[in-house]
Amino acid sequence: MQAKRRLIKGNDALSLGAIAGGCDCFFGYPITPQNEVPELLSSEMPKNGRVFLQAESEVASINMVYGAAAAGMRAMTSSSSPGVSLMMEGISYIAGAELPCLIVNVMRGGPGLGSISPSQGDYFQACKGGGHGDYRCIVLAPWSAQEMFSFPELAFDLADKYRNPAMILADGVLGQMMEPASIPAEFTRVSRPEKTWATNGRNGRSHKNVANSLVIDPHELRDHNLKLQAKYTKMQEDCKWDTRLAEDADVLVVAYGITARLAFSACKLARKKGVKAGLFRPITLYPYPSAPLLDVAKGKKRILVVELSSGQMVEDVRLTMNGAIPVDFYGEMGGVIPSPAEVCAKIMEAAK
Amino acid sequence: MSSLVEAPGTQLPDNDLQCVFKKPASMTSKPLHYCPGCSHGTYHRLIAELIDDANLLSTTVGVCPVGCAVFAYDYFEFDMIQAAHGRAPAVATGVKRCLPDRFVFTYQGDGDLAAIGTAETIHAAARGENITIFFVNNGIFGMTGGQMAPTSLIGQKTTTSRAGRDASWTGQPFKVCELLSTIEGCAYIARVALTSAKNVRTCKKYMRKAIQAQQQKSGFSLVEILSPCPVQWGMQPGDALDYIENTVTKVYPPGEFVNKLPESE
Repeated sequence: MQAKRRLIKGNDALSLGAIAGGCDCFFGYPITPQNEVPELLSSEMPKNGRVFLQAESEVASINMVYGAAAAGMRAMTSSSSPGVSLMMEGISYIAGAELPCLIVNVMRGGPGLGSISPSQGDYFQACKGGGHGDYRCIVLAPWSAQEMFSFPELAFDLADKYRNPAMILADGVLGQMMEPASIPAEFTRVSRPEKTWATNGRNGRSHKNVANSLVIDPHELRDHNLKLQAKYTKMQEDCKWDTRLAEDADVLVVAYGITARLAFSACKLARKKGVKAGLFRPITLYPYPSAPLLDVAKGKKRILVVELSSGQMVEDVRLTMNGAIPVDFYGEMGGVIPSPAEVCAKIMEAAK
Repeated sequence: MSSLVEAPGTQLPDNDLQCVFKKPASMTSKPLHYCPGCSHGTYHRLIAELIDDANLLSTTVGVCPVGCAVFAYDYFEFDMIQAAHGRAPAVATGVKRCLPDRFVFTYQGDGDLAAIGTAETIHAAARGENITIFFVNNGIFGMTGGQMAPTSLIGQKTTTSRAGRDASWTGQPFKVCELLSTIEGCAYIARVALTSAKNVRTCKKYMRKAIQAQQQKSGFSLVEILSPCPVQWGMQPGDALDYIENTVTKVYPPGEFVNKLPESE
């Protein structure tokens, strides 16, 4: 595929990335700040021989995704925080039935109707289950328009590999911001594993397939849960992370998504002021890259976690470090975005 | 029946008996878990017979509900998806939009379809979604212990309306076929009381038309059966059938509400 560098909005990059990643069908409901996704896909999906359907609610969207995923399709939906809350029941069913799909959350401020400004307040919901029961989604956190484009395919691949829902956890900045990204001029169908379990009509198959999350016998349900847990453990091998200026750093800043971009700028500012700061950026928020973080953090004096929340991912960092290195936190809520200078000031404080 | 044949003195000559009535190929041999006097078994069998008749076993995807029929996937030989409570029409939409040549149906009770899943039902109809719904209306939440449903009759005693349903507090019975018949996307909507052999045949006729509507890509189709729930109604099975004939059909009149199929038969 010949890629062309162009100025593109994050939400548009994500939409084209979904098509490039082999998305067969999109079901969604309008909500700010992700509306560019259904808008672009409403015209691009049919052009590329795929299905786009606007649902009557997020509840319906995720259940359409459930049906299409069960039928063996690469199915996705996109929404923002309040809409994703409505999908939690469906995501739990999809996880229970072990179906692969993609859910995109372009996070906005909460709780409740909150605001339409950027936030990272849905980390717990995305990474710790969110719906009922013991389940996990694979969660990917892009930090650029380029990753908004490339992560849908990665998410579909991981979802297929583990037969598990995958989520792209973006935010209002990443969705709305325009920046250069390399986007191929044409999209070819990507390969995907054969789905022998799909409920797509027997069509000569010797047995029927059933997509189901009901396991009424307690021992059987326990075994099903143990199988799910073993799968989540195995996912650790697909942990992804990124480091910048981390090797010689005294202060390690841990941040994801747009906050990691800010934090990276702040690290460079801090270095100009004589403090060696570096960045650790988790790319998979679930599975959380704990082992790599522990490794990178070795010998550092202090860790500073920066989030657009009251402090959610910081819990995973503290669990990872288990007291080995002091962990500070700086967060803003409600759609307020700190400047690199403000983050830098927190780095300087931590370095004292 | 092999034990009977092998018993002393009951030897039967070969080729003497012919099988004239058998389990449809689309049904499994799993014993049904339904209560005595319930219509689910009959309705299941009609679905299986019609899928056999139309040679649809290999192209059918069924969606089962939450409610008494939650285990329906155990009773059919075709592919099935178990949906969340009320969401079956959305799940079916997801399948049908991606695989338009499959026969896609949902099987739902009145709690599932007419309470928690009202939005999914109405909007599937409004889109003219090319799916078929087999709807079982027994006016009560059967599986959870006999609570009041939006479809319960005025005065009906349930575990959450112990003095009888009071219209001034909980409104009037929710009439699904009447409501759907105002929606243009509907191609075939019918209701039948599953109370007699004659009505079972009528039901099968309606169901066949609903399937044809989907095959002809005419739009949304639904067949509602008025079904007894003797256990939760606190009635003998025979009395429950009489109650449907004498009382329930007065509120929910049987018949074809929408029929956009070309004249045939």
